[in-house]
Amino acid sequence: MNKITAMNNKFYELESTARHIRGKIIEMSHKSGAAHLGSSLSCVDILVALYWNVLSINPDNPSDPDRDRFILSKGHAASALFATLAFKGFFPVNVLDTFAMPGSRLEEHPGPNCISGVEAATGSLGHGLPLGIGMALSGRIQKQAYRIFALLSDGECNEGSVWEAAMFAAGQHLDNVLTIIDFNKWQATGRSCEVMAHEPLKEKWKSFGWSAYEIDGHNMSELVDALNNFPDGSGRPVAVIAHTVKGKGVSFMEDDNNWHYRIPDEQEVINAKKELGLL
Amino acid sequence: MRNAFAAELKELATMDERIVLLSGDIGNRLFDNFKRECPGRFFNCGVAEANMTGVAAGMAMCGLRPITYTITTFNTYRCLEQIRLDVCYHNLPVTIVGVGAGLSYAGLGATHQSLEDITMLRMLPNMTVICPGDAVEVRLALRAVVKQEGPVYIRLGKKNEPVINKQEPLFEIGKGIIIHEGSDVCILSTGNMLPVAGDAALNLQRQGVSARVVSMHTVKPLDADLLKDVFANFKIIATVEEHSLQGGFGGSIAEWTVDHQPLKGRLCRIGIADKFLHGCGDQENARDTTGLTSNQISEKILAVMNQPV
Repeated sequence: MNKITAMNNKFYELESTARHIRGKIIEMSHKSGAAHLGSSLSCVDILVALYWNVLSINPDNPSDPDRDRFILSKGHAASALFATLAFKGFFPVNVLDTFAMPGSRLEEHPGPNCISGVEAATGSLGHGLPLGIGMALSGRIQKQAYRIFALLSDGECNEGSVWEAAMFAAGQHLDNVLTIIDFNKWQATGRSCEVMAHEPLKEKWKSFGWSAYEIDGHNMSELVDALNNFPDGSGRPVAVIAHTVKGKGVSFMEDDNNWHYRIPDEQEVINAKKELGLL
Repeated sequence: MRNAFAAELKELATMDERIVLLSGDIGNRLFDNFKRECPGRFFNCGVAEANMTGVAAGMAMCGLRPITYTITTFNTYRCLEQIRLDVCYHNLPVTIVGVGAGLSYAGLGATHQSLEDITMLRMLPNMTVICPGDAVEVRLALRAVVKQEGPVYIRLGKKNEPVINKQEPLFEIGKGIIIHEGSDVCILSTGNMLPVAGDAALNLQRQGVSARVVSMHTVKPLDADLLKDVFANFKIIATVEEHSLQGGFGGSIAEWTVDHQPLKGRLCRIGIADKFLHGCGDQENARDTTGLTSNQISEKILAVMNQPV
């Protein structure tokens, strides 16, 4: 096998994992009646790139003090995180069937210490990056080399605390913090750039003292390259603006903001899984 | 209280490397000794309290014992959701310290008057609320807090308040300190009202009324043993706080009494009415305006004593 074929195979496997995770979270939404499916689907490729190719983590030793930390700041994509963790081996995949059910540890937003692999409770936007910065400073104080990855939504960048955190991280020269913006161009009730003047998002992060990169958030090769180029040698924290499509992977959900709240019916689950090549 | 806090914290931090201090751009020179003796563990987080609170929680998740410090209003109201979710929901050992509580900075206006913070903080699950009565209690509270797991709110006055505890008392979180004994009235004071409460007791003594004074430095959890005792053995139990009557210390005692009926003692709550203050002047003037001088307090207690049951 030549080198290029091997590389392509590597990404084929990641893409296949992503398709299976998408199928699972569509099932989870249908079964539980839990919303935010579009937001979950938009970040699946980012999560797969991170968990299979970037993060230094061990599902068998989830509390390793030296592990990299990933924080799902956009906590409404909990189903995507839970499915990713289960497929990665943090807990059995059948636990996902309890998602959002009464008595389940898997709530619609991740709770504190809810299950192996979840670093922080999230669900209110604008909290994950400050938490991550606290972890990063702890690493510096306690002389540990772990890295922090925080996944934010573009709508989340409405929150002032995101920009407080951005300024503070740059002021502290924290080069062990990486923020990924899942830039799917929608927030709950409108186009994100019409609700707030987000653009130019990359320049905003740069002007706040971060290294900023723009990538296709569904291109595995670009994701793996960008997320592995960290720390990037600049001495600055890194922002990766990942251009994504809300509802990615299912034609009738893509870029349709109704799927922020809509729950797929049985036929829609079948149609979606067919498109994903799972049926 | 402020200087005692800075001095004690430095002492504790030199012995415990997990202690980290986060300041919201105040305390200029106050923490010079801390910065010198604990290099790399002081962070000026700027005027960004929401971020500061989240950063503290993230540090606590990694085993540190962070303390956030700024003016009470900003360190509580401004970042209440971060305290609720990042700190309390995760049940993390983060200590929130508000300086200039109550009317300490009255002259700066309502922006700097914290008359609702006890209410807001005590309603949060997992939170411990401590309002030390003087500099001695500040030091003892800090020593107790660093040994405790879980979130704590410490409500400080300003600097140079009178020291009431002439000897170092036994200090336990959730246990009131009897400052002096009495038999007719029990004054439960929280926070920086302790000297005023003591003066009010002396006024009562001159009127032939014997008053016990207790420093209720912990508003949450309440000292249930002490409350059971005083409501069984005193005619009047008066709560005194430099804080709104809406849900504060007296409010928490009122809730407790309703849940523990029947009780012999009558509750008299002394605090600040449900309104913003305008043109109230400095702390002394503001206390006069709001009925919190020692004379006003003793008169109110006498009036309640003279009311038919």
